[in-house]
Amino acid sequence: MIVGLAVLAGLLFAVGTHLVLQRMLSRILIGLAVLGHAANVALLASSGRAGAPPLDGVGADAAADPLPQALMLTAIVITFGVLAFLAALAYRSWALTGSDRVEDDVEDRRIAASGGEVEA
Amino acid sequence: MNNLVLPVALPLVAAGVSMALLGRLRAQRVLAVATSTATLGIAVWVFVSVESTGTMTTVGGGWEAGIGIALVADRLSAILLLVAETMLLGVLVFAMGQRGTDRATRFFHPTYHVLAAGVALSFLTGDLFTLFVGFEVMLMASYVLLGVGAEGERVRSTMTYVVVNLLASVLFLTTIALVYAAAGTVNIAELAGRIGVLPEALRALLGGMTLVVFGIKAAVFPVFSWLPDSYPTAPTPVTAIFAGLLTKVGVYAILRTQAVLFPSEGPSTLLLVVASGTMLVGVLGAIAQSDVKRILSFHIVSQIGYMIMGIALFTLAGIAGAVLYIVHHIVVKTTLFLVGGLIESEAGTGILDRIGGLARSAPVIGLLFAPAALSLAGLPPFSGFLAKYALIRAGVEADQWIVVGVALAVSLLTLYSMAKIWAGAFWGDEQRDAATARPPTRPMVLATGGLVLVGLVVAGLAGPLYEFAERTAAGLLDPGAYVQAVLGG
Repeated sequence: MIVGLAVLAGLLFAVGTHLVLQRMLSRILIGLAVLGHAANVALLASSGRAGAPPLDGVGADAAADPLPQALMLTAIVITFGVLAFLAALAYRSWALTGSDRVEDDVEDRRIAASGGEVEA
Repeated sequence: MNNLVLPVALPLVAAGVSMALLGRLRAQRVLAVATSTATLGIAVWVFVSVESTGTMTTVGGGWEAGIGIALVADRLSAILLLVAETMLLGVLVFAMGQRGTDRATRFFHPTYHVLAAGVALSFLTGDLFTLFVGFEVMLMASYVLLGVGAEGERVRSTMTYVVVNLLASVLFLTTIALVYAAAGTVNIAELAGRIGVLPEALRALLGGMTLVVFGIKAAVFPVFSWLPDSYPTAPTPVTAIFAGLLTKVGVYAILRTQAVLFPSEGPSTLLLVVASGTMLVGVLGAIAQSDVKRILSFHIVSQIGYMIMGIALFTLAGIAGAVLYIVHHIVVKTTLFLVGGLIESEAGTGILDRIGGLARSAPVIGLLFAPAALSLAGLPPFSGFLAKYALIRAGVEADQWIVVGVALAVSLLTLYSMAKIWAGAFWGDEQRDAATARPPTRPMVLATGGLVLVGLVVAGLAGPLYEFAERTAAGLLDPGAYVQAVLGG
């Protein structure tokens, strides 16, 4: 179970990293979402072995550790909120520039424009 | 008792009320000033009680210590909270004076409240996960302040800012998962006792990951490039409060985790390299710029290096110097950005080639700029000199000559770059962009003047402040009292 979760988290991290390194904004967005899932799976794996629901009457040894799940829930909400904002921003960028590509850094463009010589 | 909740809860409630008052600017403003003043009052009270009776704790929801969410104010949290609330109030007044900031964006006041709550929560929290939440609350507000109403270049820079910070947050979450899997708790006081028994390699991994996460948030070398890219595009009050507070929350997190959870035996070579790199790259970047706000943004990076240097030395004097430096830096940097805003407002642009002669046409701005700039460069008798002196003496005592040399050289370059702003903006022929120039209003000048005064007070109180910083550092290096205050016993 734990090994399975660990492998899943690793896979999600790999996919997310690949997507974040792309030039298209929409892929970066999805990549960040996948990375968020990876972190949440890692959190779930940190709770140890699965157990019974931690209700009254279930012994402490048999019950699952509820804390990581509470943490995950909070983290999911936060990541969701930020991603929604980022999606709105990406839409605005697309509406303004008509393109989904991430532009180069300002400094890079300045250096490129000056033919490699930067004015002081 | 529940008083530590107030600096977080009060702004959050105010944010809700302020949302309900959308469109009624006057009411929003009254609420904002009242809330900010009240929170500052609470911060003063927290500071005084921590100084007289020791670390305070509040555990949420009536749970036992170690189970519920703990808010803790030790000396470090108390002083940073006090300085942060002062800056929040000062910048708020500036923002209300500036045409367009809270008029153009109806969401300015609610968001600003949320930012204040996030900063306070980050400083006061006693566990790693709540630190994550505090960071996110603060960052979410900062995304909105930076991004709402953005056009063109600002959309792009906001995007960079959000993506980098979200990436760091995901890493932070992963680190928390690993810490919990290894130690079974995320409470900093409990971790302090448990982390020591973990295998050396695991401890190094966890320590390294926290360093990377908070390093990105604090913009240290080599993960700083998002900062000078995104900060300068925002309106002045927003940039000023970001410059003063956001990265310093990252530095605070580095200080807290490295000192309490991952103490090193002696000076940490890794951190010393990071500190030197941050100082050098920041200041060299600043020298290459020709826009006031961009110059100042690169200086934030450079100054972060000094704080990391104090933490890297890991001696009582080093950490005390870092604490003093953080306090000095928050005040001076916020002030400088506000002065930068005054220059932009008076001259119509912040590009140094296109402005000049402000010393004659607006001498007041020069009068406000000079003490803050000289303090940043570290000239006596200002606070920057005292903070740098404390750090450099700590470096000499620890025989770390290379980092001391770098720190001194960077100081000179900082002075050069401040002189460049002075020569570009204040001397020379009178020159301005008349189309966009609008003389600053009285609240803007008064708010900036107020913060300059706070800076002078920091310099005047340097003696007691340094003693306070030493007590803070002692508390961080020997977290016994902190642990006891949180966990009881």
